[in-house]
Amino acid sequence: MKLKATLLAGAAVLLPVLAQAGDLTVGFSQIGSESGWRAAETTVTKQQAKERGLTLKFADAQQKQENQIKALRGFIAQGVDAILLAPVVATGWDQVLEEARDAEIPVILLDRTVDAPQELYLTAVTSDLVHEGAVAGQWLVDAEAGEDCRIVELQGTTGSSPALDRKKGFEQAIADHPNLKIVRSQTGDFTRSQGKVVMESFLKAEAPGSICALYAHNDDMAVGAIQAIKEAGLQPGKDIKIVSIDGVPDAHLAIAHGEMNATIELTPNMAGPALDALEAYLKDGTAPPKWIQTESRLFTAKDDNMAIYEEKKTLGY
Amino acid sequence: MISQTTPSVFKRVLPQLVILAVVLACNLAVFPGFFALSVHDGRVFGNLVDVLNRGAPVALLCIGMTLVIATRGIDLSVGAVMAIAGAVAASVLAGGQGWGTALLGALAAGLLCGLWNGVLVAVLRIQPIVATLVLMVAGRGIAQLITEGTILTFLDPGMIRLGAGTVLGLPTPIWIWIGLGALVITVVRRSALGMLIEAIGINEAASRLAGINSRVLLICVYGVTGFCAALAGVIVAADIKGADANNAGLWLELDAILAVVIGGNSLLGGRFSILASLLGALIIQSVNAFILLSGLPPEFNLIIKAVLILAILVIQSPKVGHALYMLRAGGLPLGGRTKARSPLTSKEEKAQ
Repeated sequence: MKLKATLLAGAAVLLPVLAQAGDLTVGFSQIGSESGWRAAETTVTKQQAKERGLTLKFADAQQKQENQIKALRGFIAQGVDAILLAPVVATGWDQVLEEARDAEIPVILLDRTVDAPQELYLTAVTSDLVHEGAVAGQWLVDAEAGEDCRIVELQGTTGSSPALDRKKGFEQAIADHPNLKIVRSQTGDFTRSQGKVVMESFLKAEAPGSICALYAHNDDMAVGAIQAIKEAGLQPGKDIKIVSIDGVPDAHLAIAHGEMNATIELTPNMAGPALDALEAYLKDGTAPPKWIQTESRLFTAKDDNMAIYEEKKTLGY
Repeated sequence: MISQTTPSVFKRVLPQLVILAVVLACNLAVFPGFFALSVHDGRVFGNLVDVLNRGAPVALLCIGMTLVIATRGIDLSVGAVMAIAGAVAASVLAGGQGWGTALLGALAAGLLCGLWNGVLVAVLRIQPIVATLVLMVAGRGIAQLITEGTILTFLDPGMIRLGAGTVLGLPTPIWIWIGLGALVITVVRRSALGMLIEAIGINEAASRLAGINSRVLLICVYGVTGFCAALAGVIVAADIKGADANNAGLWLELDAILAVVIGGNSLLGGRFSILASLLGALIIQSVNAFILLSGLPPEFNLIIKAVLILAILVIQSPKVGHALYMLRAGGLPLGGRTKARSPLTSKEEKAQ
């Protein structure tokens, strides 16, 4: 009799632990697959869930907020243990987040934040766009080491927050270095073809050989610009130094080939830090900070870019 | 109309030539080296070459678009068809086939898309703007399905030559659009086809009663537009060595329609000039070059473009044209008599 009671008590203590380790179900509402990075984020999130032995319920919203709200309500009705949300827009989430709170389901925001009271979500895992630009600027400051350098800039889509913030961060980083000067800045709409077209015009508008570096707000524009530089008979990466942001596989390939100098990774692994925070919270109620910043890692020719390229290629970029 | 004489063609495209000259002069004003050409490794470099080269996608699109608009239709799907064609070409190359097969596959896909539009318009009698909207919206999704959401890159030298290579010192796309433009102009003007297309645009019922098989002709016209769009899509993909389903040809359908309008063609169908549309495409590209060379912050891009395009359209408007005509006539010694000869004047006098 005594033995049985002891066993039962032991089981009662152990059960919640087992439940956390094995039976955790997490809903993930993804925006869609509008870019390679987004596809990679989805792949990495699924990998992370698998490694941790979680059940991941995945919902693709196809760029529509109403689909995301529907998916969230679905997750709440199914009684999931937590929800990961990559919000397509910033506004209009208050009501559904309140429903999640009433059901005591923690919500973690991935990659983007929302305009809603902070108590409605557990935490937000995002990169710092200004910081990314600053890392790029700092790399160029170090690479030039005081030498004069005329920089051309390929901006993202005019008015978009990545374009504004990545520009701001870069400008802040080079502000105290009068040897570095942005001489031309135009939008390449974050696309390869516009990156190439605009770089072509930069190369003609500036005196031959006078451009020393290119800063592109994303890797795709840099990859397009590399082609324009090659067609103009110059060596990208040598005649014109190139630094951009995102860390997509083709950028690593370009660095491996010596055609590009540096890229700052926007990690697709937003789910890793998010699930770490979630597990800590479910285990003993540790409240994470309201913002978890992902690492903006700098990759240069010193890294084994060929290996990174092969690895990233499988993520669905 | 079948055999236009050279002076009448010149007179038709004179406004476009003047506008093009003015826009190019603006370019020269902001960038003194605009007309400079140089040769590196057997390849001609210069801003003029860039205008001809970068204008290729819109130029190709506006060849087909002119014909569709002449039938009183419109094709909103050409941008999406470009994305589909690029995706097909890249995926055929990824499957290990040669560039010839990839090109044929892409062109066939474009033709198929065009024929689909044609059937919706000509057989099912759906309004062209709605019929082609279907593919405009769905097409990018189809392209993404083909590329599986990634930018599908390729390294086939033959395919890349179509977008980034040179023939006789000039980029290949220039030869492609000039060649196709000349071919289509010759076909529609050396035969009765052009006139039949205009007849459909002016009055389809009457044209049918006159014995024109408008249904087949309409389907063919949309097919040609799809073909042109596919060629533009292949060039854009070859240029960046990859098929970008999200961005290839994005909003280019609007530029193509604009080129047709700048070319002085009526959106209500009827008489058309492909040559004038092609000049319209070059005007748009010259405006784009102006924006890039001006060095102004990108926030101004669309404003500058809008202002320039508005100015071009205002100059072309019949009212302004008439006012200019009156001004010129008034300045002549025999002003009174010249005025009386203008048919519009007598109409206006009656109205008063």
